[in-house]
Amino acid sequence: MSIKVRFFASIRDLTGRAGDEIEARPGLVARDVWRLSTDGLEPPPTLLVSVNLEFADLDAPVGEGDEVAFMPPVTGG
Amino acid sequence: MRVELRQQPYDPWAELSAHERAHAVPGRSGAAAVFTGSMRDRNEGVTVTGMFLEHYPEMTERHLRGLAQEAMSRWQLDDLLLLHRVGEVLPGQTIVLVAVWSAHRAAAFEACRFLLEDLKHKTPFWKRETLEDGERWVEYNTPG
Repeated sequence: MSIKVRFFASIRDLTGRAGDEIEARPGLVARDVWRLSTDGLEPPPTLLVSVNLEFADLDAPVGEGDEVAFMPPVTGG
Repeated sequence: MRVELRQQPYDPWAELSAHERAHAVPGRSGAAAVFTGSMRDRNEGVTVTGMFLEHYPEMTERHLRGLAQEAMSRWQLDDLLLLHRVGEVLPGQTIVLVAVWSAHRAAAFEACRFLLEDLKHKTPFWKRETLEDGERWVEYNTPG
């Protein structure tokens, strides 16, 4: 099992990819997922994170089968 | 209660009228508050010729369902209609329609405002504007 990674909007442009898949391992948090899927890019200060479709923060634990997404501040309405 | 994402342009007043015809219970709601938001042809001093509204389908739909349920129970609404465009949008087209029905005006006004502010600040939507000389992501919403 792995962790599915998705990038949205300007974050997709920043990373140059729409998504990734990384191998799950014990003790991972969302920040590690970002680092592993962006070759160590510094996370933007306004970066939003979700884990399994709920907003979370970069210290949120993630594991096998989780979907982690990175996105900029929202601008709907 | 109805929440929908729309890929195609829609007429908010026709939608509202059709929803009322289908769901209104005569004599039940003393108040209805309606908000529509449409795309402007200018933003931050430059002409905008189009827009792409990106979303995170699974998360956006889940968030909107939860949001609508929260408003329904918090203000004890009689009914709620929320439509939001995604995809390609042109100036003048309606992006969002929020309508709520309640016994009294305070609940209707407050719930409508609550829904809008969430759509602006918490729901996963992102606007990419097409300008005369390129494209840009909208990085923040207007204060209100």
